[in-house]
Amino acid sequence: MANVDTPATAVIKQQPTGVGLAWYRFKKSLGTTTPYMTVGGIALWLLMWWLACEVWRLPRFEKMPGPVGVMSELFARQPFLGISIFTYEFYEHVWASCRRIFIAFSIATGVGVPLGLFMGWSKKFRDYTFPLLETLRPIPILAWVPLAILMFPGFEGPVIFLATLASLFVTTLNTLLGVDSIDESYFRAAGCLGSKPKDVFWHVVVPGSLPFIFTGLQISIGVAWFSLVAAEMVSGDFGLGYLIVDAYMNNVTIPMVIGMVTLGFVGWGTSAIVRLVGNRLMKWRVRALALERR
Amino acid sequence: MDQRVSPKPQATKGAISIRNVTKIYDPEGVNVLAVDDCSLEIGAGEVCMIVGPSGCGKTTLLNAIAGFHSITLGEIYLDGELLCGQEKPLSDQGADRVVVFQNGALFPWKTLMDNVAYGPIVQGVMSKKDAREKARHMLAEAGLGDVAEKYPGEVSSGMARRAEIVRALINDPKVLLLDEPYRAMDALTKSIMHEALLEMYDRTKVTIFFITHDLEEAIFLGDRVVVMTTRPARAKKIVEVDIPRPRDYHILSSERFRTLVQETKDAVHEEAIKAFEAGERELA
Repeated sequence: MANVDTPATAVIKQQPTGVGLAWYRFKKSLGTTTPYMTVGGIALWLLMWWLACEVWRLPRFEKMPGPVGVMSELFARQPFLGISIFTYEFYEHVWASCRRIFIAFSIATGVGVPLGLFMGWSKKFRDYTFPLLETLRPIPILAWVPLAILMFPGFEGPVIFLATLASLFVTTLNTLLGVDSIDESYFRAAGCLGSKPKDVFWHVVVPGSLPFIFTGLQISIGVAWFSLVAAEMVSGDFGLGYLIVDAYMNNVTIPMVIGMVTLGFVGWGTSAIVRLVGNRLMKWRVRALALERR
Repeated sequence: MDQRVSPKPQATKGAISIRNVTKIYDPEGVNVLAVDDCSLEIGAGEVCMIVGPSGCGKTTLLNAIAGFHSITLGEIYLDGELLCGQEKPLSDQGADRVVVFQNGALFPWKTLMDNVAYGPIVQGVMSKKDAREKARHMLAEAGLGDVAEKYPGEVSSGMARRAEIVRALINDPKVLLLDEPYRAMDALTKSIMHEALLEMYDRTKVTIFFITHDLEEAIFLGDRVVVMTTRPARAKKIVEVDIPRPRDYHILSSERFRTLVQETKDAVHEEAIKAFEAGERELA
């Protein structure tokens, strides 16, 4: 309720931006159930894991390390099994995987987005390339593993190749669908406002397909991680996938789970970065959606 | 040919001549006659309202003028120059004939300001700075000064539609083509939009080709109302609206206005029944 001293109009003098806006959103979200549900969900899951593995020792779970075991190793200054956040080796694995993802995702985006845009924009180009894409796309990435190892020397080449390939198909297809999703009337409007083909490309095709492109990139970075880990398991010297399979070979389970948990967090982080960039580039959409939800 | 039209000394451009236009669609191997031997003369600076049953081919005519679809037979001229005809069935799209779309086609990824400034910039007739300056001025004139930097998704549909008309007018077009632009609006918003459109019209005297289903809208805005037959479309009846301009909403209750609406309604009703009985699906 606005009292006499602060009329309602004076309260919303200026729209907060940057940190102020983030802080405002955080405070506002504390009034909703969302943050408590999130924390509660994670806590419940950890509790079940702990009960199943460390308290009740249910059948099938006895070989799986529990959360206390994993956490105490992960945060140990002197890890018993050689891997914790205080060891150099841990970061070496994370860094190796992240670097590969960065390279693979960059190549896939750099090639896939323009490729998809052109396929959507030019019917001729699409007629040439679409059948090829549709034939190559269903081949599971793991089926490419032997060929990748034969084609590329060393450990790095095949791993990056596989992650790139998986990511590329997703990005290209989503970008193509993004161009298809653009309402015909935008093309017509651009036409009758006197646009040349290059204007239509830059002012209609590119921004119009951005929502689909970024949905695609979210999926594509997930797929990149998936195939990266698979590839690291087959051919690798470092990386989180290698860490997991190496622990398995040495018959130690805790580093295995540490690898998995780390993958979860790092993967979440990379998706969040993609989302953040997307929201930056699509202010128009973020604002319209925010108003719809109001 | 247009002595009937109320005199408008400023209007010297934008005369459309539709001569014996026929359009045959062939979507699935079966020919569909959308427009049959339709002729219509629209004077420079005239507000020509097109009414008719759903799917009768009104939009087909608009698409032909704008250059979105080709015609099968006949010719369309703009100020004596051939837009499309036998040798050139599809007219070139250009900023002399700007369309305002049924569902609105402001680019959602550009602010109102950038939408309005878009035309002059891509045509290369103005520098970015000048185009934005003019856009700001025209938006302010249309009462959109405060929302110029907002995205279309952030403003009301009425404001968006008004901005779309401004985006068309900044190009100084010969013809404004409107395809049921106020269809989804409530009556109150509509009447505000009508007055705003008339105000812009009085300023610019651009020729207006306006498709609608709303007969009161047609009489209120138009110099002439063309009633189309059910498919295949042809001009069935032309109602001359002799209510003087400038008009405001008070004329809605005048005797003359009601008589003209009734006259139009009788003509449309007959065609609507025929269309309903034919029971065919609407064509775009």
